[in-house]
Amino acid sequence: MKRLIPALIAAALLVPATSLAHDRWLEPSATVLSGDDAYITVSAGAGNDKFYYNHNRIALNNLVVTSPTGKSVQPENEFEGRLRSVFDVKLTEDGTYRIALVTDGGIFARWKEGEANKRWFGKAEDVEKNVPKGAKDLVVSERVDRIETFATKGNPTDLEPVKKGLALSGDTHPNDLYAGETAQFVLTLDGEPAKNLEVEIVRDGSRYRDAVEEITVKTDDKGRFEVKWPEAGLYWLHADTKDSKTSTPAASQRSVSYVATLEVLPQ
Amino acid sequence: MKTSIKTTLACALAGVYTVPLHAASLAVEIELPRIEVAEYHRPYVAVWLQSADRQTVRDIAVWYDYKMPKEEGKKWLKDLRQWWRVSGRGQDELADGVTGATQAAGKHTIQVAATHPALADLPAGQYEVIVEASREKGGREVLRLPLAWPAQQAATAEAQGESELGHVKATLTP
Repeated sequence: MKRLIPALIAAALLVPATSLAHDRWLEPSATVLSGDDAYITVSAGAGNDKFYYNHNRIALNNLVVTSPTGKSVQPENEFEGRLRSVFDVKLTEDGTYRIALVTDGGIFARWKEGEANKRWFGKAEDVEKNVPKGAKDLVVSERVDRIETFATKGNPTDLEPVKKGLALSGDTHPNDLYAGETAQFVLTLDGEPAKNLEVEIVRDGSRYRDAVEEITVKTDDKGRFEVKWPEAGLYWLHADTKDSKTSTPAASQRSVSYVATLEVLPQ
Repeated sequence: MKTSIKTTLACALAGVYTVPLHAASLAVEIELPRIEVAEYHRPYVAVWLQSADRQTVRDIAVWYDYKMPKEEGKKWLKDLRQWWRVSGRGQDELADGVTGATQAAGKHTIQVAATHPALADLPAGQYEVIVEASREKGGREVLRLPLAWPAQQAATAEAQGESELGHVKATLTP
């Protein structure tokens, strides 16, 4: 057993850039609401299976909730457990709220010291004193991540375009999704069409079926893609990409990822 | 409910005096089944007219707990899922002549006069009268009754619900 432990640690360290290899999501208690004062509760977690809280919570430091008129909304009753974080959002305005965990500009570095894999997360200004220059196999990435969901009280309203990183737009509103219908979306990168990118879509409840039943589509040269919702449920939508558009000379590449949670209702 | 009866009555009377005799009217009969459960709540019900392309949507009736304090009854309007999508969510306040209290199990008839906002100036075309019911701690059901407007002759369309709705019938009188 003793001999196994170093091997296990080595294996654990081999896990790629991402602890990050775990899926992350926001899970809203409702996305379509009526009435004057509406509350939703939202959970945030990371795990091996979408919407199953089996790995870790997500810190809520970077939580941004925006009202239909563009006001910043203070989330209520924030709580961080071991396996998930939770917060409430009060929807006072009519229209669509954007609820997002936004990472803009965090640095991730990995390199080798002898046979050992090293990793470091932090801010651009701290790279120099934490990451050895010229280390073996050194890759320093800047991260631009967005994990988001939407909730609408009353009529859905247009969402402000996202200027940085990957995001969802298009003809179909993210809170107007119904089983059997085809949604037409556009994936954007820094506000421009994200061309020829793969989009992965998975329905919740995978524990109660044998296959994940993921839907994989590719954006066209205008960033467009379509999804025909096979049935009602909560869907996890994901895309990622890498490029060299870093905002700091400390990083050699930019790693961009996007997750949206979308609710599809029955007809 | 008083408001709604009065309004309907007013519409009907107005119909008698101002609308030519050939003006059509619509009757929608809705049966709410008796459901034997420990905790029964009367269903929310929406009745509306909708063109095939959803471009024209006219509310006929919305029965909900509209007298609850602080308009708490509105919280559950979104459970009339299809109605909420095509009509409810786009309205700040529901029209007086449309709103009504929830109804007990049994048969109910809604008379829609030609002057009712649902029928007044309704463009000619193919429509559906849609009846949607949603019950707290219960289920939801939608029935669709095809209807051509204007009516050349008396026409009826009916459907049989299986869970939250019983027999539903629309009668158009030219």
